[in-house]
Amino acid sequence: MSTLHGFAWLLLCQSAGEVLVRLAHLPLPGPVLGMLMMAGLLAWSPVRAPVGAAADALLEHLSLLFVPVGVGVITHLALLSQFGARILAALVLSTWVGLAAAALVFRALQRPAG
Amino acid sequence: MRDFVELWVYLSATPLFGLTATLVTYLLAHAASLRLGQPPWANPVLWTVLVLAALLMASGTPYPTYFSGAQFIHFLLGPAVVALAWPLWQRRGRLRRQGGALLAAALAGGSAAAGSAVAIGWALGLPADVLHSLAPKSVTAPVAMGIAEQLGGIPALAAVFAVLTGLVGAVSAKYLFDALSITSPEVRGFALGTASHGIGAARAMQVHPDAGAYAGLALGLQVALASLLLPLAPLVLRLF
Repeated sequence: MSTLHGFAWLLLCQSAGEVLVRLAHLPLPGPVLGMLMMAGLLAWSPVRAPVGAAADALLEHLSLLFVPVGVGVITHLALLSQFGARILAALVLSTWVGLAAAALVFRALQRPAG
Repeated sequence: MRDFVELWVYLSATPLFGLTATLVTYLLAHAASLRLGQPPWANPVLWTVLVLAALLMASGTPYPTYFSGAQFIHFLLGPAVVALAWPLWQRRGRLRRQGGALLAAALAGGSAAAGSAVAIGWALGLPADVLHSLAPKSVTAPVAMGIAEQLGGIPALAAVFAVLTGLVGAVSAKYLFDALSITSPEVRGFALGTASHGIGAARAMQVHPDAGAYAGLALGLQVALASLLLPLAPLVLRLF
């Protein structure tokens, strides 16, 4: 029951985010504004247990949620057969650059603080 | 045989097919990955996508038919982005203490990934709409789609690039970190969440709970930063 309450809170924040983004023409996706609103809402203790239960359940299976979009690769086969190797090179190299940059900067700045 | 064909035609056209196939294939891939000791190459998302794509192409099922069922799983990405507030809130103390280092690392990783993707793509002669779809690839798929749309890219393509980026990180990051002798699970997890969003974070959670927590944190930061810095992106992209 608690998980269901938490899920309702998540949907309410997402809906509020979507409405605000459209009304105020903000350059943010609705769920992102919803996340920021949820971060503020968590200061109110009654929502913590249900939201925590729902969030843990959703995030535990986060990778499953990417499958439908991933299968969408079959709709871009024409583009990929034309540019596939170049796209793959850009994706792989830039991911390594990003991983290395984030890891090296975090490690460098973490040391002095202990 | 004719009965079977009719049954298949009926079943494959209902939303039930896409939903059931996605869930069952994922659970099988997950079980196989556990059985093999969760090596990076046995990534459940990678194998689920490959099996389902092969299944759809072999049976001639159009993607919209599959998606009519799979959309129920896809829809949960929105609430999942909102749910990222929870791991952020739980670690608010650590966030405040390490705030500067985390913010700098998130900015460095995010801009290095987006910048190098566009620069490499441009150098290799990719068309502009593909370049604009590459820019938001380190951000989780639903947010990447929104950003690509505003940049003049193709949202569906941006989502596919985001998933591929997640898979590249989840499968290869271990070897890169070992080569750079980055050993701390916190640093490895944070980098994975920064450059490979939810799929990288899911991999980090398999390896170490601290790595998973920092990956979730990085994912949330990346979403917030990418969205806030978005108005600047068209200015930079005009260079290409």
